[in-house]
Amino acid sequence: MAKIGLATTWLDGCSGCHMSFLDLDEGLIALADKVEIVYGPLVDYKTFPEHADVTLVEGAVSSEADKKNILNIRARSGVLVSFGDCAVTANVPGMRNRYPVEAVLQRGYVENAEPPLAGSGEAAFQVVPQLCPHARPVHEFVHVDVFLPGCPPPPEAIFYLLQELLAGRIPDMRGRTRFGA
Amino acid sequence: MSHHPKGKLRTDLNPSRLLTFKIDDRDVSAREDESILEVARQNGIAIPTLCHLDGLSERGACRLCIVEVRGVAKLLPSCVTFPRQDMEVITNSERVVNYRKKILELLFTERNHVCSVCVSNGHCELQNLSVELGVTHVRYNYLYPEHAVDASHSRFSVDHNRCVLCLRCVRVCDEIEGAHTWDIMGRGITSKVITDLNQPWGTAETCTGCGKCVQVCPTGALSEKGKSVAEMIKRRQFLPYLQMMRGRQEESWQK
Repeated sequence: MAKIGLATTWLDGCSGCHMSFLDLDEGLIALADKVEIVYGPLVDYKTFPEHADVTLVEGAVSSEADKKNILNIRARSGVLVSFGDCAVTANVPGMRNRYPVEAVLQRGYVENAEPPLAGSGEAAFQVVPQLCPHARPVHEFVHVDVFLPGCPPPPEAIFYLLQELLAGRIPDMRGRTRFGA
Repeated sequence: MSHHPKGKLRTDLNPSRLLTFKIDDRDVSAREDESILEVARQNGIAIPTLCHLDGLSERGACRLCIVEVRGVAKLLPSCVTFPRQDMEVITNSERVVNYRKKILELLFTERNHVCSVCVSNGHCELQNLSVELGVTHVRYNYLYPEHAVDASHSRFSVDHNRCVLCLRCVRVCDEIEGAHTWDIMGRGITSKVITDLNQPWGTAETCTGCGKCVQVCPTGALSEKGKSVAEMIKRRQFLPYLQMMRGRQEESWQK
């Protein structure tokens, strides 16, 4: 049987969901016979391939770059999985949503900088990705096929999801994970 | 616990009538002053609830306990609906389940329920309901409203970001503790639970500091200070017992 192409990526997230993916441990070896990782932070490809059979998207859509990327990823993915609470609910990245972007940048890059940043911080704001007013869930921008909540989703739930997809089924994740898991 | 429907107050000389009706095609019998929810639970039929709590009066605030009644177009909240003879109640139709999911999803959008960093993560009734009803994501746009945290009380804090407006705190404070420190202001989506005259909790003179409101709160909205993520486990076993004892006191006063 030909291997399926699995892509993983993160937008506005902490990489914790990818850590949970690595926690599959020997499950990774079982998957290695059936899955080829075609893109993601765990491998060294520089661009998203023309087609990935399954894509796990971690993180909320938070910046103009995220918006552009998620449209591209959706167009090139078979099954798109919202991978973890940030992708599903905006979660922690969404906690900035009630503040203006300027105030968020000021707090992050000027007030909390160590040592404190001299000047207004304008120079720093030019080089960080341009933030949208809100960090929002992936499914508010593109169609999502499977939702895998959890912060992070437990490795067992990730393994079950991939096994089901490999068997050609859209997995029913009810009871296997939850918001904040 | 019993709640007499309006105008049907009955005494020992004029006892409650018994009647039979159907829940999910099962014949059940009930007293006329027992809600559909109570009768369902007596018969092992599960109906999800959020604002209901054994030992407190019913509020009908959350609408999660809605059921279909044959011949009635509207869905009715089973906690404040009383059975009639030969009524046919359906608790788990596709229509009912879909509406329950929508209600739950709307609750998630109305405030900032960030489960992963909440004191009640893993011990939250809202979170548990999302598992029970199979809500894996929210189909409505989140509103991300601005809400404050009031940590002015010496032992407790209130985080309005997590409040679902079930009003258990208001009811327990009024009905069991007798202080009525909590109340509600505003309308609809702008409603908010308040202490005394909408002042910081720490300055509310009527608050006895008993903490019952904290224990009955279904989410992380009310918590004990010093509890970090996932550490706030609510204890509410005291409630039916306290309610019984208060009832006994009232009886003795009437003698």
